[in-house]
Amino acid sequence: MLSAIGLRSLDDLFSDIPPAMKTVASMDLPPGISDPDVISRMRKTASANRPCGDDFVCFSGGGSYDHYIPPVVTALASRSEYTTSYTPYQAEVAQGVLQALFEYQTMVSRLSGLPVSNASLYDGASAVYEAVNMAMAYTGRQGVWISRGLNPRWWQVIETQLTGRDVTITGIPLRGGMTCWEDSGESSSSDDPPAAIVVAYPNYLGVIEDLDAAGDVAGALGALLIVAFNPVAMGLLRTPGSYGADMAVAEGQSLGIPLSFGGPYLGMLACRDYLLRLLPGRIVGATTDNDSRRAYTTTLRTREQDIRRERATSNICTNQALMAITAAIHLSWLGPAGLEVVASRCLSGAHYLHDLLCALDGVQPLYEAPFFNEFALRVPVEPGALLERLADEGFLGGIELEGESGATGLLVAVTERRTIQEIEAYTAAFEKAMR
Amino acid sequence: MASRGTTATVQDSPDDEIHAVAGGRASGIPLVGKGEEPLIFALSVKGRKGFQLPDTGVPDLPAESLLPASCITEQPPALPEVSERDLVGHYTRLTHRQYSLDLGFYPLGSCTMKYNPKAFDEVASLATLVGVHPMAPPHATQGWMELLWDLEQALCRITGMSAFTLQPPAGAAGELTGLLMVDAYHRACGRRRAVILIPESAHGTNPASAKMAGFTTRVIATNADGCVDLASLQESLSDEVAAIMLTNPNTIGIFEQDVERICSLVHDAGAVAYYDGANLNAIMGVTTPARMGFDIVHLNTHKTFGTPHGGGGPGAGPVGVRSGLEQFLPGPRPVLDPSGRYRWDIPEHSIGRVHASHGNAIVLARALAYILSNGADGLLKVSQVAVLNANWLMNVLSGAFEVPYGDKCMHECVLSLSEYKRKYGVRASDIAKMLLDKGFHPPTISFPLVVDEAMMIEPTETESLQTLQAFVSAMLDIAREIDIDGSVPAKAAPVNTPVGRVDETRAARRPVVTST
Repeated sequence: MLSAIGLRSLDDLFSDIPPAMKTVASMDLPPGISDPDVISRMRKTASANRPCGDDFVCFSGGGSYDHYIPPVVTALASRSEYTTSYTPYQAEVAQGVLQALFEYQTMVSRLSGLPVSNASLYDGASAVYEAVNMAMAYTGRQGVWISRGLNPRWWQVIETQLTGRDVTITGIPLRGGMTCWEDSGESSSSDDPPAAIVVAYPNYLGVIEDLDAAGDVAGALGALLIVAFNPVAMGLLRTPGSYGADMAVAEGQSLGIPLSFGGPYLGMLACRDYLLRLLPGRIVGATTDNDSRRAYTTTLRTREQDIRRERATSNICTNQALMAITAAIHLSWLGPAGLEVVASRCLSGAHYLHDLLCALDGVQPLYEAPFFNEFALRVPVEPGALLERLADEGFLGGIELEGESGATGLLVAVTERRTIQEIEAYTAAFEKAMR
Repeated sequence: MASRGTTATVQDSPDDEIHAVAGGRASGIPLVGKGEEPLIFALSVKGRKGFQLPDTGVPDLPAESLLPASCITEQPPALPEVSERDLVGHYTRLTHRQYSLDLGFYPLGSCTMKYNPKAFDEVASLATLVGVHPMAPPHATQGWMELLWDLEQALCRITGMSAFTLQPPAGAAGELTGLLMVDAYHRACGRRRAVILIPESAHGTNPASAKMAGFTTRVIATNADGCVDLASLQESLSDEVAAIMLTNPNTIGIFEQDVERICSLVHDAGAVAYYDGANLNAIMGVTTPARMGFDIVHLNTHKTFGTPHGGGGPGAGPVGVRSGLEQFLPGPRPVLDPSGRYRWDIPEHSIGRVHASHGNAIVLARALAYILSNGADGLLKVSQVAVLNANWLMNVLSGAFEVPYGDKCMHECVLSLSEYKRKYGVRASDIAKMLLDKGFHPPTISFPLVVDEAMMIEPTETESLQTLQAFVSAMLDIAREIDIDGSVPAKAAPVNTPVGRVDETRAARRPVVTST
């Protein structure tokens, strides 16, 4: 091949690179090893982890939940036509991914109660960030009110990513575990109203917020209402759309995606029709081919960075399409009845454990507000030390609340996977660990 | 490949020999004819169930006794009601309507669609990796922290940077992260700078990221050689400029020979040199962004380090910085204590979190597996063969198609098909559809914007000479067909695909983005 193109050595290929710029020695990396050796080496490294499972039973949530993932979802989502294809630029040979994403968008719309969805964002945090950007573009306003009940790590991401722009982020505190909109104070008066208000449903502390109240606040301010919802909870709870939300965002990890140390997850974003052209990232639309057959394609492409450049609605290019397809398959496996059962079991299990723990000496609920699959406790010992002892007993026992949401204590989550034996063993270990 | 010492060109190879070689084309499309696959909702039958859940023994407490009646839904969302068998049938049939890298050649320029080794699927599904909760305490996540640390060290050695953040979940997120660090750097120097310089040929994510980071952009012209115009750069530099974003080799596939001069002019103006690592696949082991003079680098793991692209994602976009800028990196990040244990650390002037956890961890694990497997020698070989393949293609195709810039390229080459537009009214997008009929995924078209009717071809190092020959043969056949029949075959294409030419105008004019 070299001689066919008139070259003598591989080095000749790089003659355009000034010699002074070339590395003299090779990269300071070990030589390559065989694939099986890579697998065993990484297996060995990974063995220093404690994954959730029978000997490390998960009672932690905080945005990442240990839900059951059936083999059929993993098997279908692992098919290499889904895993090894690129962004569907050539629609005629990408109908598989495009249709699966169209189905995903439809399911997100039905879960959220809003008519329009995009084809995924990175995760829940990025979905809130993008929704806030949309609200600012729509209203022309440069501020946002965000409930302190939003996941504190999502908060941090949004704060970081808005630093370069003159955006005022106002944190609305919680009272009794629920957002207290009256406490928004003097900081944002009516002559400087926010583009949007953001509320989590349920919030980080598991509490089911009053979305009617949030909607009233948004309405009075002329701001958009952005609801960060838990998709699994939609098996039981009314949708954000039914409360008049303008946008709904979610972390989709609960829909067939493993814990994976935090990624890749799935950012879900749905909105009203009037916001469609401000949506970030890929959107799949239905159309026809030249023979009037139903077909799908990425659409409204002029919103996107590769065409609109600095005037694009977002910089997103690579998204989380594979996770979106996984979620669509998982939701189809569950169906409405399955989603309802999962939601009911999360609710029942969490309340059952909550009552067992609150019967222990010195343990109190932090709030009396209604909650879904997660709840916050006040414990008579240092939460970090309690969690260490629970880990020794085989439990990933929860998340220490360090004041991020205005609360100090312990955050405990229960999914449909937790058996009564696990819940009771955890309670016993909890009691022992407090002694 | 080079060791075979072949001198084969398309002219030497009889067509039937090319066609006899597997791997070049996806002759299997369509596998199931032209039949439509209904939406999953159309397969739904009321009351049908596919799910099964374990018996947990937890008492079922009625929601009405636990929650306010006002927040309980009347009925759950209208999801499909299908059996497991129907679910499998549907999502398997959809895969038969989908091209993929496993199926055949995928020469999308700027996308580096190299083969994704199957061994790493096993790494990515290790229970000891996928089962780990991101909020688990450090004593339960030492394996993950070591893995991320090892990857960071390897990326430093590949790029010459001194530290990396692995948090950004994609390349564009990496750009935003890098630019937020640019802003933090200037603020730490007691100044604000508003402008990011971006060459005409840059990826669209560059200006879009700059805007999201709060900057304005200024475009630098491309010169006759397809590189940054130094005069235009010098005119644009001022004390308003925060950084330049540069891809090298650039999006035309040409190495910017003046890159050291560019970086030093930028530095003289007090600005930062940012390297878009989209094209790192061309230079591993040959040179580094550090040697070129860059301060901040983002990488795309799905491009250079063989992580599968998933039909659009997930990716990962690690960002590296030169010594002196580590203090601005996002946190928390894993660091190795003298005790041999890993702990989380937040750099002194950290811009903050850019991901809710630790980035797209599973994708990062795959990237480390790829680097371990190749090692220093293998990564150099990757770049050499990627550049060889691109040059071979460019050389052979230049006999029939216009090459607008240069007579050599790096890992990708750009053709201009403007002659076909002029003579026959045939666009690059039409020729792409003709390629589909011949069983190939077409290269990138209409990018870079500085080339009229661009077709940007990136063969990558994982494709064989036989595959490249088959592709060239298809391109030459297309040229011949157009010469004979004009625009007729081009406008009719594709005909061998699951659907014909998709009406994108209709999709955009009356958007239907969900099923009713």
